[in-house]
Amino acid sequence: MKALVSVKRVIDYNVRIQVKPDGSGVVTDGVKHSVNPFDEIAMEEAVRLKEKGKITEIIAVTVGGAKCEETLRTALAFGADRAVHVKVDEEIQSLTAAQALAAVFKKEGTEIFFLGKQAIDDDAAQTGQMVAALLDLPQATFASKVEIDGGKATVTREVDAGLETLEIDLPAIITTDLRLNEPRYLKLPDIMKAKKKPIEVVSLADLGVTAAAALKRVKVATPPKRSKGVMVKTVDELVTALKGKGLI
Amino acid sequence: MTVERDVMEYDVVIVGAGPAGLAAACRLKQKAAEAGGEISVCVVEKGSEVGAHILSGAVFEPRALNELFPNWKELGAPLETPVKRDDIYLFTSESASIKLPGLFVPKTMHNEGNYIISLGKLVRWLATQAEGLGVDIIPEFAAQDVIIEDGIVRGITIGDKGVDRHGKQTADFAPGPELRAKYTFFAEGCRGHIGKRLLKDFALDKDADPQHYGIGLKELWKIDPAKHQPGLVVHGAGWPLGLGSESTGGSFLYHLEDNLIAVGLIVDLSYSNPYLSPFDEFQRFKQHPVIKQHLEGGERLSYGARAIAKGGYNSLPKMAFPGGALVGCDLGTMNFSKIKGSHTAMKCGMLAAEAAAKVLLAGAEGGDVLSGYPTEFKASWLHEELYCSRNFGPALHKFGILFGGAFNWVDQNLFGGKIPLTLHDTTPDYLTLKPAAQSTKIEYPRPDGKLTFDKLSSVFLSSTNHEEEQPVHLKLADPSIPIDKNLPMYDEPAQRYCPAGVYEVIATGAEKRFQINAQNCVHCKTCDIKDPAQNITWIAPEGSGGPNYAAM
Repeated sequence: MKALVSVKRVIDYNVRIQVKPDGSGVVTDGVKHSVNPFDEIAMEEAVRLKEKGKITEIIAVTVGGAKCEETLRTALAFGADRAVHVKVDEEIQSLTAAQALAAVFKKEGTEIFFLGKQAIDDDAAQTGQMVAALLDLPQATFASKVEIDGGKATVTREVDAGLETLEIDLPAIITTDLRLNEPRYLKLPDIMKAKKKPIEVVSLADLGVTAAAALKRVKVATPPKRSKGVMVKTVDELVTALKGKGLI
Repeated sequence: MTVERDVMEYDVVIVGAGPAGLAAACRLKQKAAEAGGEISVCVVEKGSEVGAHILSGAVFEPRALNELFPNWKELGAPLETPVKRDDIYLFTSESASIKLPGLFVPKTMHNEGNYIISLGKLVRWLATQAEGLGVDIIPEFAAQDVIIEDGIVRGITIGDKGVDRHGKQTADFAPGPELRAKYTFFAEGCRGHIGKRLLKDFALDKDADPQHYGIGLKELWKIDPAKHQPGLVVHGAGWPLGLGSESTGGSFLYHLEDNLIAVGLIVDLSYSNPYLSPFDEFQRFKQHPVIKQHLEGGERLSYGARAIAKGGYNSLPKMAFPGGALVGCDLGTMNFSKIKGSHTAMKCGMLAAEAAAKVLLAGAEGGDVLSGYPTEFKASWLHEELYCSRNFGPALHKFGILFGGAFNWVDQNLFGGKIPLTLHDTTPDYLTLKPAAQSTKIEYPRPDGKLTFDKLSSVFLSSTNHEEEQPVHLKLADPSIPIDKNLPMYDEPAQRYCPAGVYEVIATGAEKRFQINAQNCVHCKTCDIKDPAQNITWIAPEGSGGPNYAAM
C-alpha cells in the first residue's frame, strides 16, 4: 500500500512573528522556517506503519516555492522514499493546495493520505477535509491513534467529550493530531541519504489545477497589547472594579 | 554504557558554521576544483540553522571576502550599506559627551570602504555558496566532544539527542554520530568548549598571554524613517563604564538598511566590581542623549549577547596540532583595535584551508600537524594586522580609556602599530574581581519598557529555546562553590554577568540555593570565562537549542 504525506513549510514555532508595516502579511524574509509540526507527526506515523509492514512506499508532497525543497528533504530524511514538489511561487490558499494534493493523490494511485490537522502559520485546519471532499473519500480528522488492517483503518480522534473511534474504508484521508506520536530525531546518515533521493517537480498546470483566489486577505495586524493588571485588596474592591468596567 | 554510533568519514570536518568555518569550507572546495581533485568537507552547526547563533555588530571590512569571492557583488552577497560617516564620542557623563575630531582617532577606527552588515545574513549567504560548491552543511547537530586517539585528533562526536534531565536515555534516544576526518577544524567562535579542551590537552597556549574577553550585548531596532541615516557609524567609549581602568569597553550604533539600527555595548570582562551588570550597563547606556535621539519612538526587534575574544596577537595560542587546527575566534584572531573580527576570522579559515588543501591534494593521510598553516599565517596580512594591533587592548586595560587611548593614537597614527615595545596583560579576566566588601553596590534604574528593558523580556526577543527535559548544559565542577564561596566573597556575580538571567540565588527562609535556568542560555559563554572560581563549564546542549537570531 502506497501512502502520501503532505508537508508544509512554515515559519518555525520559536520565531517571534513580525507583521509587515503595511499590514499585508507577516515578515518571512530571513526568518527560520521548518516543517509544520503536525505534518512531522503525519510523516512519523507513515514511517511507523511502513516499519510495521503495513505500508510499502511513502511519497512526500508539498505545494510551494523553491525553498520548499528543504521541507521535502526533511521528509525524505524521516523515511519518505521519494517526493513530489508542486512548485508554485505565489501564495497558496487552502482550496488550491487541496486541489493540487488531490490531483497528486490520484496520479500516484495512493491508498492512504496523511496530513497534519492544521498548519501552524494560518491555522486554517481545512486542507485535509477539502481533499476528502474533492476526492469523495472517507476522512478521519484529528487522529490520536491509527491502526490499519486489510482495507480498513481504525482511527481514534480527540473530541470535546473524550475519544471517538471510527472505522473507515481505504482509500481515505487522515489528519493527525498532537498526541498521535512523537516524531523521531533525524539521523545524520539519513539526512545525507535524503540529499540523493528523487524529487519530482510539477506545476499546477501539469496537475490541471488553476490557482483561484477564493479568499481576499483584508488586513494582518498584531493583537492589541495586554494592559497592565491592577491589584485589588478586597472582594468589594474587585466587584466595584468589574462593575466600573461594565463587566458585571 | 557503550552506545553504537553511526560513523561518517570526510577529508575535513569543520565545527561551526560562522565566518571562519564557512570561509574555510569554501576555500577547500575552491582549491580542490582548481586542482581538478576532490576534497570532501562537512560543516556541523549547533544552531537550528546557519546564522541562528551568529551575533555581531557589524561593520565589515571586505578584504577577506574580496579574496574568497572576488565577484561577491554578482553573487548577491548581503553587503548593502557602505559606511558613509564615522562618528566617535567620548561619553564623559550620563548626559555629556565630546565628539572626537577624526584627527584624534586611532587610524584603525576609520571605516572608509567598509560596510554595515548583518553577519547573520552574511553567513547564511556564505552557506549557500558553500553548498553550491559541494560542502555538506549540517545544522542542528552539536559537536560535543573531540575524538583523540594516540594523541591525534581524528574527528568529533555529535551530542546525543533524547536524553532526559537526569542523563537517562528516553524512548526517543538518538546517539550522536561520529564524524571522522583527516583534519578537523574548530571554528566554534570565542571560548569554544572543544577549543578550550584542546588548548589544555595540547598545551597550545603555554607560551601565550592569557586570552582576554569582552561581552557584547546587542539590540536591533526599527526606527522612525525620518531619523534613519543609512551608513552612519557611531562608536563611543567612557560612560557608563567610566574613563579609568576599573571597567572598560566601548559602544556602537549603526544605521543599516530598511530603517534598522544595531546598537550595542561591549564590556571588557576584566572589570573589577562584582556588582557590575553588563546587561544593565547596556540598558542605561541607551539613555545617553547621543544614543537616545536615534532610538526614541522606535521598536526593539531583537536582543542577543555573545562573548568576544580580544586578546589579539599576544594571546594567540599554537594554531595547529596533530589532526586539527583552531581557526577564527576559537583561536582568537579578532582585531580589537578595529573592533572587527569577521574579516580576520574568514582569512584565518582560508589560510587553514589552503594549507590542508595543499597536502590533501598531494595525497596526505592526515592526522599530522598542518605546519603550512602557521607558516602561511606568518606570511599573511592577517599576521601583520594583528601584530600591529598587539598593544591596543593591553594599553586600555592598563591605562584606561584616556591615557590608553592616547597611547594607541601614538602607536597607530605615528608608528603604524610598530612602536618598539610590547605591552602585556597577564592577569586572566576571572582573577580581576575585587571582593564585594571592597566594592560599591551599583543601583541600576528600573527599565521603562520603552527604551530600557529587563532581562527576561530581552531573552524572549532572542527566540531562545532548549528542549525542556534535557540535562543542564552548564556544569558545576563543585556545586557548593556558588553559595559557599562566591556568594560571601563576590555576592555571586553570575547573577549579574549572565545577560540572560540563567543564574539566580534563591532564598527560602535562611537557606539559599543556586538555580541554573539553562533554557534561557543564549550561548554567550561569559559564565565559563568570568566565574572567579572557574567552576562553570559550558558544554553544548542538544543540537538546535539556543537562540534563534534572525539577522543579528
